[in-house]
Amino acid sequence: MKIIETKNLVKRFNGVYAIDRLSIGIEKGQITGIIGPNGSGKTTLINLLSGVLKIDSGEIVVDETEKITRILPHQVFFYGITRTFQNVRLFEQMTVLDNILVVITERNIFSSLFEKHIEYHHKIAEEVLQKVGLWKKKNQLAANLSYGQRKLLEIARALAMKAEVYLFDEPFAGLFPEMRKIVSIIVQELKQKNKTVILIEHDIGLIRELCDYIFVMNEGRLLAEGKPESVLERKEIIEAYFGN
Amino acid sequence: MEYLIHLAILFAIYATLGVSLNLVVGYTGLLSVTHAAFYGIGAYTTAIFLTKSGVGFFSSLVSGIVIVVVISFFVGVVLSKFKGDYYALVTFGFNAIIFAVFLNWQNLTNGSLGVPGISRPELFGINFANNFNFLILALIFFVLVYFASRFIVNSSFGRVLKAIREDETAIAVFGYKTLSFKLVVFIISAAMAAVAGSLFASYITFIDPSSFQLTESMFILAIIILGGLGNLRGSILGALFLILLPEILRFVGFSSDIDAQMRQVVYGIILILLMLYRPQGLIGEYKL
Repeated sequence: MKIIETKNLVKRFNGVYAIDRLSIGIEKGQITGIIGPNGSGKTTLINLLSGVLKIDSGEIVVDETEKITRILPHQVFFYGITRTFQNVRLFEQMTVLDNILVVITERNIFSSLFEKHIEYHHKIAEEVLQKVGLWKKKNQLAANLSYGQRKLLEIARALAMKAEVYLFDEPFAGLFPEMRKIVSIIVQELKQKNKTVILIEHDIGLIRELCDYIFVMNEGRLLAEGKPESVLERKEIIEAYFGN
Repeated sequence: MEYLIHLAILFAIYATLGVSLNLVVGYTGLLSVTHAAFYGIGAYTTAIFLTKSGVGFFSSLVSGIVIVVVISFFVGVVLSKFKGDYYALVTFGFNAIIFAVFLNWQNLTNGSLGVPGISRPELFGINFANNFNFLILALIFFVLVYFASRFIVNSSFGRVLKAIREDETAIAVFGYKTLSFKLVVFIISAAMAAVAGSLFASYITFIDPSSFQLTESMFILAIIILGGLGNLRGSILGALFLILLPEILRFVGFSSDIDAQMRQVVYGIILILLMLYRPQGLIGEYKL
């Protein structure tokens, strides 16, 4: 089952196509890699799927039924989608714990005014922070964490959402081997829980190791798709990615 | 003693204004420079109701709050289209418009001549014409505003406000309608300013547009920046500091012909030094 599809998706910046009539389908419960050189439109695609950018034309289909031509950032949550950002975007002057609690609070304004964080919320926060090894730093400001810890906190924040689809934009970039291992385990566990992961990554080794299926993008277009072991052997892909 | 009570009343009014503005600027990260407009609308509503319609202080206070809630709703909707510096400029413009209304709507506001003869409240047989009694009243309202604000910032709602301040797009993708959160806190803050305005009108018993100019909004902003953004106690400290500092400078022995000017200069220098060496304010948690 295709949990997300894009149909002729287009995004232009000042007339230049960042995404050019892109049509891809993401299978539910799989880890799907999106690879391509810098500027190929990978992050733009994630930004379109998460409502951060407006779609110029084309549509996104969720669960094979819901057709979307316009999506606002706050609506993404209701489609069961969550994400991380290429450049880490935390709530810097809030504690590590608050960075998690804030995304699992009431969305209704009136209810949020009178909501008290019950044990359940703290349990979720503890669970995800333990998973990324940041529970002991729960009272520190996010701004005071190291780069790797900040990346892990962002992943923990996404995990706390208990979403169906996780859009991870270069989650391994700049991480120490030990941290990469943590993220790798998280991605695999999500798959075991039948969650869908869309992974933007430059490390081909990780793509081979983790992904069930990959899309290769270049200049906003789809260059190739298929299982990593077959796609990554193709000459034109190697050339597009690594040059001649 | 009367002088100290007078300062304490001013402190209570400005602390109310500071705490309420901190909700918008310090906690939500919206640089609003229009608090004096809502403060003024609250003051004028109370003044006009008390002098022209004969209703009591508390009815006029509630009327002021209702009017400010309606106006701030529309202003907030317009402001939702702006961010950053543009947001600040639009709030600036709104304050200028309201000031022009106070100045030019002669039939209602009496223009630059102002509204004299505003009465002091009376409740349960207590006459607040007595300054000490009025101080108690002003402090009661301040405490109510403070605890309401504390309740807000400690709630899940308050945590979302802080997240909006830190990164509005990031919190939006987690399912929060940030525009609604910003609008609601803006209205709450404006309503609190209206309370301070009502108290001010009734205390001074005379108001004119000069009390609600842009400079007044800047003064309230200075209170919260100086005291500390994102910290309610900081607003109290800021109000205390900025209300008392000019008074303390009276005791510095400047010669009488330059006394007033020198006090202003020293006041300005102290503010500049504080911002140079303590940009997050006295006890602030957030820098603009």
